[in-house]
Amino acid sequence: MSLVSYDFLAFFAIAALLYYLVPGRFQWMLLLAVSILFYAGGGAVYLLYPLATAVSTWFLALRIGKADSVSKAYIQEHKPDKEQKKAYQTHIRKRKKRLMIAGILLNFGILAVLKYTDFFLQNLNLLIPLAGEDGSVWQAGWLLPLGISYYTFQTMGYLIDVFRGRYKPEKNLVRFMLFVTYFPQMTSGPISRFDLLREELFRKHAFDGTQFTFGLWRILWGFFKKLVIADRIAPAVAMITSSPETYDGMYVLLGMLGYTLRLYADFSGCMDIVIGTSQCFGIRLPENFQRPFGAKNLSELWRRWHMTLTGWFREYVFFPVSTSRFCRAVSHLAGKAGLKTLSKKLPVYTANLIVWFVTGIWHGAAWNFVLWGLANGIVMMVSQEFAELYRGFHRRFPKADGSVYGAFQKVRTGLLFSVLLMFQYYSFGTVFAMLGSLITTGRLSQLYDGRFAELGLAGADLAVLAAGLILMLAVSVLQESGSVRKRLAERPLVLRYTAVFLLFAAILVTGCYGRGYDASRFIYNQF
Amino acid sequence: MDELLEILNDINPDADYETNEHLVDDEILTSFELVMLVTQISDEFGVSVPSEAIIPENFNSVRAMMDLIERLQEDE
Repeated sequence: MSLVSYDFLAFFAIAALLYYLVPGRFQWMLLLAVSILFYAGGGAVYLLYPLATAVSTWFLALRIGKADSVSKAYIQEHKPDKEQKKAYQTHIRKRKKRLMIAGILLNFGILAVLKYTDFFLQNLNLLIPLAGEDGSVWQAGWLLPLGISYYTFQTMGYLIDVFRGRYKPEKNLVRFMLFVTYFPQMTSGPISRFDLLREELFRKHAFDGTQFTFGLWRILWGFFKKLVIADRIAPAVAMITSSPETYDGMYVLLGMLGYTLRLYADFSGCMDIVIGTSQCFGIRLPENFQRPFGAKNLSELWRRWHMTLTGWFREYVFFPVSTSRFCRAVSHLAGKAGLKTLSKKLPVYTANLIVWFVTGIWHGAAWNFVLWGLANGIVMMVSQEFAELYRGFHRRFPKADGSVYGAFQKVRTGLLFSVLLMFQYYSFGTVFAMLGSLITTGRLSQLYDGRFAELGLAGADLAVLAAGLILMLAVSVLQESGSVRKRLAERPLVLRYTAVFLLFAAILVTGCYGRGYDASRFIYNQF
Repeated sequence: MDELLEILNDINPDADYETNEHLVDDEILTSFELVMLVTQISDEFGVSVPSEAIIPENFNSVRAMMDLIERLQEDE
């Protein structure tokens, strides 16, 4: 069931009504029931996947927790000396680690097989010819269970946290099922941490008119971003990015900016709907975006874009890899060989490249996504290498930290992010060819030739897009100084509801419906 | 303490390590710099910093870092 559909609105309305009618202690059970219904809407058989993940993770986390309790009890009872205690704890840690690794292998294994088998076979065919007489390679063509990447990452984060002793495991499997399947976030994230979401999911929620209204406003804002901006620009962007032979020169820049805009409006709009829906149930989810285009460098932009995924990679991949025995040994070897600077940077750069390789392949099972990921990682490493130079520059020219330079940094970072995104939709060689075409032949006048008319953007579309963009930018600027909804709520009733009505009317009148493409599909639903 | 300050100044000389108690929360130390710091702490102090110890509370101030190093030295 798409989040942008009448079915979803009806489903949400009934679920919210029942949620506030049942006694508080049953609310989480109702949420579990509606979450299972929501997921089963896409095919009941697919429920087996999250069920397998939930049961295996719950069981293994319990075993890890039990090993911890046994260890504590043993130490309390036998009072071993320091050496014995250390040996015993190492033994227990090894046992816990085996359980954690079993869970990780099983669940990431399911994800890898379903998502990457075809990609693997295509590449294997390059090494060992697998193609049949007709020249085609067998493809599994398996359908991905909805949201598999998100719930797998969320549950594996839970398992690692329990292993690390951050919190105790959940004893009740049914409660744990809700953590895995909670319907607003299951298909597109955000990726939540168990200790934070648990507090929200399992307490009683009395109806709070303000929170419910704020949730509805946020859903409306998400619909606006998705239907008025993202879906309006999507066909034109698809046309430009899929036909580099036709759309070169200035169209490369147009496609680049359009692609970034569409991605942002689509994904952040989806998050507004998800977080707003959850807010209506009184359940706060973590934010996934924090005005990313206000960032002054690429690392900062990635700390503000898809924050729960980048946070997950930082905590569970980047830090563990960079402090791993392998990285420490390589760093030590480099230090012994007299390469002191390299020895300091090897762990961080190795871990960085691994994280960005995985980030790339997470976004798509194709080499161009891997290249996109690695390109981001390499730019960040180069930027780190120049860090001392930047610091020297700012020490020498302290006034360069002013608002004009700040604006330049923001524009530069946004453009860099957009240029790197070209690796997602062009082949490796085409990226450089198109950048060359933009630099050498790009002229504004090209936007007035016949090619623009082919994009299907009429004058009215451009006017709506311009107005939508200005509104999105204004909201983003206002957010810098606090919640826009809180300030709107403080305005007189007439003004407040006129604003909401205008937004609602704008979605109804200018939203994109039934243009011959799937208007309701979110990009980030496909993971 | 002086040894740690030397490492920190080598990684990012612009921060005020004497008074700032939000080095990670305020993003004065980035993830890259945190890992470089951990690598050098491991070498200089002869301790192994586990990845689960790389949390803001342990690196927000020089005092917190020293506490972490002392804890790890005791456990070694």
